[in-house]
Amino acid sequence: MTMLPDAFSDLEPFAAKWCIEGQDARYAERLASTMPELQAFYDATLPRLADIMSYLDGFDLASIPSEPQNHNLLLLAYSFVQMSFSVEAWGQPRVPDSGAAEILAVYEPAI
Amino acid sequence: MAKFPKPAEGSWTEHYPQIGTKPVNYEDSISPEFYELERTAIFGRTWLNVGRVEQIPRTGNYFTKELDAVPTSVVVVRDKSGEVRAFHNICRHRGNKLVWDDYPREETSGTCRQFTCKYHGWRYDLEGALTFVQQESEFFDLDKNAYGLVPVRCEVWEGFIFVNMDPDAEPLEGYLGELGAGLKGYPFGEMTQRYSYRAEVGSNWKLFVDAFMEFYHAPVLHGRQAVAEESEKLAKYGYEALAYEIDGPHALVSSWGGMSPPKDLDMVKPSERVLRSGLFGPWDKTIDIDLPPGVNPSKMPQWGEDSFLFFPNFMILIWEPGWYLTYHYWPTAYNRHVFEASLYFTPPRNATERIRQEMARVSFKEYGLQDGNTLEATQTMIETRVVTEFPLCDQEIALRHLHNTARQYVADHQASTETPVDIRA
Repeated sequence: MTMLPDAFSDLEPFAAKWCIEGQDARYAERLASTMPELQAFYDATLPRLADIMSYLDGFDLASIPSEPQNHNLLLLAYSFVQMSFSVEAWGQPRVPDSGAAEILAVYEPAI
Repeated sequence: MAKFPKPAEGSWTEHYPQIGTKPVNYEDSISPEFYELERTAIFGRTWLNVGRVEQIPRTGNYFTKELDAVPTSVVVVRDKSGEVRAFHNICRHRGNKLVWDDYPREETSGTCRQFTCKYHGWRYDLEGALTFVQQESEFFDLDKNAYGLVPVRCEVWEGFIFVNMDPDAEPLEGYLGELGAGLKGYPFGEMTQRYSYRAEVGSNWKLFVDAFMEFYHAPVLHGRQAVAEESEKLAKYGYEALAYEIDGPHALVSSWGGMSPPKDLDMVKPSERVLRSGLFGPWDKTIDIDLPPGVNPSKMPQWGEDSFLFFPNFMILIWEPGWYLTYHYWPTAYNRHVFEASLYFTPPRNATERIRQEMARVSFKEYGLQDGNTLEATQTMIETRVVTEFPLCDQEIALRHLHNTARQYVADHQASTETPVDIRA
């Protein structure tokens, strides 16, 4: 079985790396990535973002975590949001001049 | 030339003559002695917001809050009658911290029927009464009624829970003044989808308040977050607030905001265009809100956001698209503090709304990382005292007011104590 719903098989190569629970973990994955990796994920996902939203809107939000493929797709979308700044704003994985600063997500909703 | 009208005096700063226009000395942010005075004079006497009622919806729900500056730890609990109470988090037997998990200095939350001390098993009910003493007959004339938990003054305003260490402090609602009154009725209670951040910052607590009470920095420090053309335009345009208000120790910055949704979609990044969300929040409102009179006080159509600072360390930001943000700055030393930020939205009804919230909170972190690191760069250099006087512009009026207020609280406190300490203003 694939990680993502069949309609998103084109994004399957990115699923193992980017279906991540928790914003801190997604940010850490971004920092651990190279710009070519981030660019490839960005280029593949941006044109599919509207499809991801309309597909997931077909399900009750509360039920999504109990459907592994749908849940992975939602997590992939969160990861896209998280890394989009590297490509669109910074040209590097890290926020510029943020060397010593660290902001942790200490509370986030279950979904 | 001013793009938005200023008061008849010609500037916001001169509209409030007590504030002054001279260069500002930042000794209050680099002096360990001044911080020691602030702990009693400010954090020991003012209303401190420690959370919201949604964190403890049911009887027995509690959370703890570390207040290093006071210093104390408090436990806040919903009691059997549904009231919110606060106690110093200390067992009356031999002073152990009553409520904690794994690490004594970390905050915790949970649900209980009573509080039981980990050390010798003394128990207290949700109203703070001592109800059980292990081997009670071993004690000498122990009157359990005299050994309840030590209460802390606790009042709730619009769902925000505040504590005050000063038994003589005026009631919370009066303390929050006109700015507080003008916010009453905003639907805070409907915005229960919370995302919270925490950061340890290497600066005096007031420097981070400074950073969030002016937007003069925004087109520069955060310039690259906009698309290149827009960034150039913003830098040329600079920043002007719609209005400033000073009310007692508190302050308000009211801002324009054309980004939600932007007039021209080319102004924003491609992912924001698809998501219809960004730093200013999701572009499409999820509920209708009748804004209370204190929000957007100048009633300008360009209004985008209001930042309220309730002295000393609590900010509420109301965003035009219908969500809010809180900031807290908890000092741990003269040059360190814990910064907390929470974003509050209405619960998402579908994945699209949820992903839009993700965009808003990720954007917040991207900006916050830039702000946080800049503060450490400022702290270390003003500590050199190579330069001691700093010119602040009209868009930095709230900063002058904050530092004036902190100095005034300390001076008042010194005047009331026998051995004043000399601190340069």
